[in-house]
Amino acid sequence: MQRFAYRRPESVEAAIQAVSAAPGRPNTPPVRAPGQFIAGGTNMTDYMALDVMRPEILVDINRLPAARYGRMEAGAQGLRLGALVRMAQAEDHPVIKSQYPVIHDTLKLAASRQIRNMASLGGNVLQRTRCEYFRETSWACNKRQPGAGCSALDGFNRQHAILGTSPDCIAAYAGDFAQALIALDATVETMGANGGRTIKVADLHQQPGSTPNVETVLEPGELILFINVPAGPWTARSRYLKIRDRDSYQFALTAAAVALDLDGDRVREARIALGGVATIPWRAHEAEAALRGKPLDENTAAQAAQAAFANASTRQHNAFKVPLGKQTIVRALLETKAMKV
Amino acid sequence: MSTAAPQPKANQGQPEPRIDARLKVTGGARYAADIPLSNLAYGVLVTSDIARGQVRSIDFEAAKATPGVLDIVSYGDMTGIEKPQFGSAYTSLGPLHDRTIWHDGQIMALVVADTFEAAQDAARKVKAEYEEQHPSGHFGSAGTETIPAKGHAQRPKENPSAGDFDGAFQSAPVKLEAEYRTPTQTHNPIELFSTTAYWTGKQLTICEPTQSLYGLRGEIARQFRMDPADVRVIAPYVGGGFGSKGPSTPRTAIVALAARRLNRPVRCVVSREQAYTTMPYRAPTRQRIRIGATPDGKITAFSHEGWELTSRIDNYAVAGTETTTRLYGYGSVASDVQLVKADRQTPAYMRSPPEVPYVFAVESALDELAYKLGMDPVELRRVNDTDREPIHGKPFTSRHLMACYDQAAQAFNWSARNPKPGSMRHGDWLIGMGCATAVYPTHIAPATARVRLRADGDVLVQSASQELGTGIRTVAGQMAAEQLGVSFDKVKVEMGDTELPPAPVSGGSNSTASVCSAVLKACQQIQERLFRAAVASNNGPLAGRNPADLAIRNGALVAKDGAAQKLPDVFALLGAGAVEEYAEFIPDGGPHDAVQKLYQGKLTMTGGPEGKKAKYAYGAEFVEVRINSRTREIRIPRLVGAFAAGRIMNTRTARSQLMGGLIWGMSAALFEATEIDERTARTINRDLQDYFVPVNADVQQVEVILLTEVDHEVNPAGVKGIGELGNVGTNAAVANAVFHATGKRLRQLPIRLEHFVA
Repeated sequence: MQRFAYRRPESVEAAIQAVSAAPGRPNTPPVRAPGQFIAGGTNMTDYMALDVMRPEILVDINRLPAARYGRMEAGAQGLRLGALVRMAQAEDHPVIKSQYPVIHDTLKLAASRQIRNMASLGGNVLQRTRCEYFRETSWACNKRQPGAGCSALDGFNRQHAILGTSPDCIAAYAGDFAQALIALDATVETMGANGGRTIKVADLHQQPGSTPNVETVLEPGELILFINVPAGPWTARSRYLKIRDRDSYQFALTAAAVALDLDGDRVREARIALGGVATIPWRAHEAEAALRGKPLDENTAAQAAQAAFANASTRQHNAFKVPLGKQTIVRALLETKAMKV
Repeated sequence: MSTAAPQPKANQGQPEPRIDARLKVTGGARYAADIPLSNLAYGVLVTSDIARGQVRSIDFEAAKATPGVLDIVSYGDMTGIEKPQFGSAYTSLGPLHDRTIWHDGQIMALVVADTFEAAQDAARKVKAEYEEQHPSGHFGSAGTETIPAKGHAQRPKENPSAGDFDGAFQSAPVKLEAEYRTPTQTHNPIELFSTTAYWTGKQLTICEPTQSLYGLRGEIARQFRMDPADVRVIAPYVGGGFGSKGPSTPRTAIVALAARRLNRPVRCVVSREQAYTTMPYRAPTRQRIRIGATPDGKITAFSHEGWELTSRIDNYAVAGTETTTRLYGYGSVASDVQLVKADRQTPAYMRSPPEVPYVFAVESALDELAYKLGMDPVELRRVNDTDREPIHGKPFTSRHLMACYDQAAQAFNWSARNPKPGSMRHGDWLIGMGCATAVYPTHIAPATARVRLRADGDVLVQSASQELGTGIRTVAGQMAAEQLGVSFDKVKVEMGDTELPPAPVSGGSNSTASVCSAVLKACQQIQERLFRAAVASNNGPLAGRNPADLAIRNGALVAKDGAAQKLPDVFALLGAGAVEEYAEFIPDGGPHDAVQKLYQGKLTMTGGPEGKKAKYAYGAEFVEVRINSRTREIRIPRLVGAFAAGRIMNTRTARSQLMGGLIWGMSAALFEATEIDERTARTINRDLQDYFVPVNADVQQVEVILLTEVDHEVNPAGVKGIGELGNVGTNAAVANAVFHATGKRLRQLPIRLEHFVA
């Protein structure tokens, strides 16, 4: 890997300043930005070793005050999670386990425990795609090099997205946790050179469109500090179903985060977010609407699943994700309904 | 005794813990790239981004300007060095001998620097310009060339056949015809591939994980036009090989050249990604099976045809028909193997090389036939069991296939299976149960060993075999302990260095039989010297006895009537502190110059169908699959295998190896495939995240049953070899279980959930 400067600032202001100190180049895609934050480093070091990311300045944020950014609060209003909380810590939190099981599931089913011991929640939300053509720098990739073309479109694309794709990019969003967050209407609090703001997680990631290199709405140097998950009548009856070839340590082929507020069999409110099938964490609003006010059974679940994939666009190796994604939704809905809450 | 250390039955050795167990679990075992050297420089390979064409120009300017870079070896630098030789090397390609690109990720240069990081950074700055040609990377690609394996490859010498297949097939009342496909697979040993080279004057030392120390020594000496005696190869431990570390590779000479140019040690550890293209792989196959049978299941006609991918420049053949045509008592047999030459690197051996893909087809077809006939698949195999192989009518030295089936079926509770597809279910999960035969030819090769016994009972065993994790050091030590009457903890075993007497390649499951036979012989020579001294003494307790009546037990020579003389006293008679014997073992029917060839690193392995009697180990494997009725993911809660493989030297290491085989067989069925981009013939999934192998969660219950089998004819050690046996047939057993669960027959591996959702 190329040489880089390594900074360990102790305040948010210093961190933002440090990451912005790298001389910016015009039209540099964020993945190639010269200044990068690092927390757990599980994604960053992987991509640095592959030469996909080549930071000149790496700003380690692990020295930011742990009492503030490494803290989890669970109250009547919901959860407030510091961005430096490790995935494993949140996974083990008793309130998350009992009152927000969908969050617990997405964490528990991600990567391996060793990786979750390192990876931060803030970094995890920004987890990069596993597209093989993105990961190997000799392939043309619009994410790495705008305008270069997309090698995955007509390549080996078994793991690629079928929702939110564009003619320029079909890379799937690889994370799990963010699906739980968008299902529960979570927000992130950020800080940047121009001050702080709150962003809905659902608005954080951007579909590739004609600029697959722009992956989020975050400004250069903007740092996620907190994740807020509002309480709601649906959080306790919730789960994440992740379908993959092997039983652990694999990214989702398809996945569904489901949260239900039921009145007997009838759906007062359904929250459905999909993983493994879309270019970003994907909220299946059409599926939710199809269920609202109806009894949840095999038929309505299938109708919801149908609605979720009505606009799917498949390629040579990933067409199976449509029927599989539908089955995943049906199974997740019925299993969530059957939960003892 | 415990699950991991099964109670030995008759003709089975003690479950001694591995002689190196503590070293391995504490990190004390040293692998080739761990060997500390002062003034070490680091090499990183530069590989091509295309699969076919010419390197028009290559720009090293930026790489050379990187701080720490010492040297770059590339085109034009190999003058005076021979290209590798196909056979001892996996490929004849000398990648730096000319600028032609034959496959994706071909070596174009080695960048050497003070640090690994500098070498890696510089290697990435090398820019090549190509004259690219359209590559053909698949069976179906335009531009491949198909040739018969016979006459073009080492194997098969003849396509095995017997009787009138065409006539028998024509007239058979029941016919089955089906095509099967197996994918490219990559070995992925956890220890990465590496070469460390240094020169001391004109002497070259290579530290490299290899399954063939003397083979690598001979090949490198040939490439550098050196006396093999001036080359030393060291690999104290090898972290898995599975065939990939058997033949040598073009990398070694390149690293050795860099070390010579710099006059300092150079180490190149190949990245996981680059291993997928600079090392060999398991060739993908397409196969056609035709079976004719009577309504009661007797097979009267069997035909097996295979098509296998190989490279443009070498004709490697898998050719599993040599085994499959001898598996059952078929009435008539036909077979053929064709090679499809494509723009890929050359494939090579991968654990159970011919059998894993070819037995998949046969054992799947037998299951199909059983359903066609309405027969139990175990009974179908019983009807076609035989005591003679059908090609030349040779008897087997031993064959207990159906005993394996009966024991495994009982342990598995096969009788509880409802044979109707889709009939068994647990909640939302479909249950499937399937079985298949495991078979592997028993090989043996010449081997040498040196054994030293000291008066205090300490034993040293030396042989340049390779410890790949098979347990060869342990079982060689057990053989010496048994023969010299000392406890196992008194034995030290040295392997992994060409300073030691030569042993054959660790491949084809020959090592235990070959090396233990040499150790046995050396121990017998020691016994003879001690016995002679004891009986020739004037007034000792064993004076005047017949040496043939003596044995060594618990540190003493003992006669049948109980008379004994302690070892130190016998050594005193000899006036010696230690007795050391070197022995050469040549298998029956082996060439008289077999050991000379062994010293040169040339292999003369025999066995299987060769000789007066056919030599095979057998097993029966049973698999339970669970498939989710909605989302169709496939899980394997149970694997049961029963094996009959002659003498088992150590029930602990044997179980471990067979269990590993079963797990890999399951992996081959459900997970593994190296994906090749159809447009470019480039390898896509080049790490252990995207190349799927099972994780702990995927491996549930695995039961290994070791049958007692006594076979005095197979070889002096009575050992059949088990390294390759366990993962033969497992893929078919899984596919058969998947059919039972779903009613859908999958004839292509890997079997994945997309084959079942619609």
